Amino acid sequence: MKDDQTLGERLRESGISRRGFLKFCATTASMMALPPSMVPAIAAALETARRPSVIWLSFQECTGCTESLTRSHAPTVEGLIFDHISLDYHHTLQAASGEAAEEARRIAMEENHGNYLLIVDGSIPQKDGGVYSTIAGITNLAMLEEVAEGAAAIVAIGTCAAYGGLPHANPNPTGAASVSDIISGKPILNVSGCPPIPTVITGVLAHYLTFGTLPELDHLGRPKAFFGNSIHDRCYRRPFYERGQFAETFDDEGARKGWCLFKLGCKGPTTYNACATEKWNQHTSFPIQAGHGCIGCSEPDFWDRGGFYDALSVPTDDAGNILLGAAVAGAAAGAAVGLMNRKKQNTDTRAHEKVTVDDLNGD
Amino acid sequence: MSRLQDIPIQVLDGQGGQSETGNVAPVLHEIRHALARLASTGESTSIDLSAIPFAPGDEAALFGLLGQGEVSAVVNALGETRIEETTYPGVWLVTHRSPQETVLSTQIEITRTPSLLSTPAEDLSDALDALDHYLSSPTAQESA
Repeated sequence: MKDDQTLGERLRESGISRRGFLKFCATTASMMALPPSMVPAIAAALETARRPSVIWLSFQECTGCTESLTRSHAPTVEGLIFDHISLDYHHTLQAASGEAAEEARRIAMEENHGNYLLIVDGSIPQKDGGVYSTIAGITNLAMLEEVAEGAAAIVAIGTCAAYGGLPHANPNPTGAASVSDIISGKPILNVSGCPPIPTVITGVLAHYLTFGTLPELDHLGRPKAFFGNSIHDRCYRRPFYERGQFAETFDDEGARKGWCLFKLGCKGPTTYNACATEKWNQHTSFPIQAGHGCIGCSEPDFWDRGGFYDALSVPTDDAGNILLGAAVAGAAAGAAVGLMNRKKQNTDTRAHEKVTVDDLNGD
Repeated sequence: MSRLQDIPIQVLDGQGGQSETGNVAPVLHEIRHALARLASTGESTSIDLSAIPFAPGDEAALFGLLGQGEVSAVVNALGETRIEETTYPGVWLVTHRSPQETVLSTQIEITRTPSLLSTPAEDLSDALDALDHYLSSPTAQESA
């Protein structure tokens, strides 16, 4: 592949028709969560999009984020986008190992200094000089600082890289930190989730490739296109919440009828992500559709915010009563519930409520 | 409960029908407003269904309500795209599939003719060149 080819040129060279290109742009818009009216702008941008170098660093992580991305789809349209990036370093996926791998990273950094995209998954241990996770004898901390210096932008994939994630959970024995805790002065985008939704990862990368910029971010550094609404706001079970229809146990009539899982601990109202619309496994389903509440995995410190099966706190003991009231009283009451929930989250974080076997059994 | 067959299973109608969530009606209203815009100003609208929170069965219910109209077409470009006019003229259901037949996106287009069906202008000049090339070839001369 010639490095100076644009994506438009490359697609035409591989025999894709103009209608095929239009379809590619339409599905790319859908993947980037942009409205179909953006298709002409995407087509124009893709015509001139250049091939970026990408360095992917995996730190203190479980490889779930890479699994999510690589198992996202059979080779499809977004495969064309990934054919177009130059993934110069990813120690799980690359064939080279040891010094040869590190040499590939150094060459990519040198040749593309100031222009490459850095992707990070996993948190970065800082305690005791960062000795708890090393690659080729280099601490994650030192490698991040070295590679970030010449990056055009950084994408933190997964809740670990974005906010510290599970390694950061109390008592955080390795001093795990997020990318933005360590790096400043670079554009950093967080694609949180444990793991993140594969189409959100590809959508964000497609946006960068297409427009050469990072999309608009929320106050936690996440792209608004995917993290602009709470799970609850976009949940297909929301109408049951408004009507006060809740599953009380995982096998009662409400559960069978697909009613709201709020009382069973669903963290949808305080969690911002795109699961309810993007869904998983090629848009097949998501946890709530499978009958389990959201655990809030795309939020900072989700592991320390109380039991997964404890309902978010509400102003009375009976969620149904207050929620019916909230539906009648409208936004003001809804906002009050939101404030209570945030307060509860903070209290839980401080108290570090642990999930017990009884919680998991629903006793 | 010790055996798999002891678990009681109730099979529900998976063929669509009226959804309990009520999520279909707002989409129909959006289509109605887009149709009114198309009729009065000629402005087309496209609605990406993957951005809409649907319950299992909601999508089938929506398709059932829209029905199938007079026109259906298949575009073979980067996999199959099926374009069908619904029973409401001007409301089209467009389903993009990958070469592996995975659904990539489903859109409702409110327009006179979906853009993918129109011949791109650049293809016209390519077609003209190709036909000229054939007509000037010995094969064409012999058959004439």
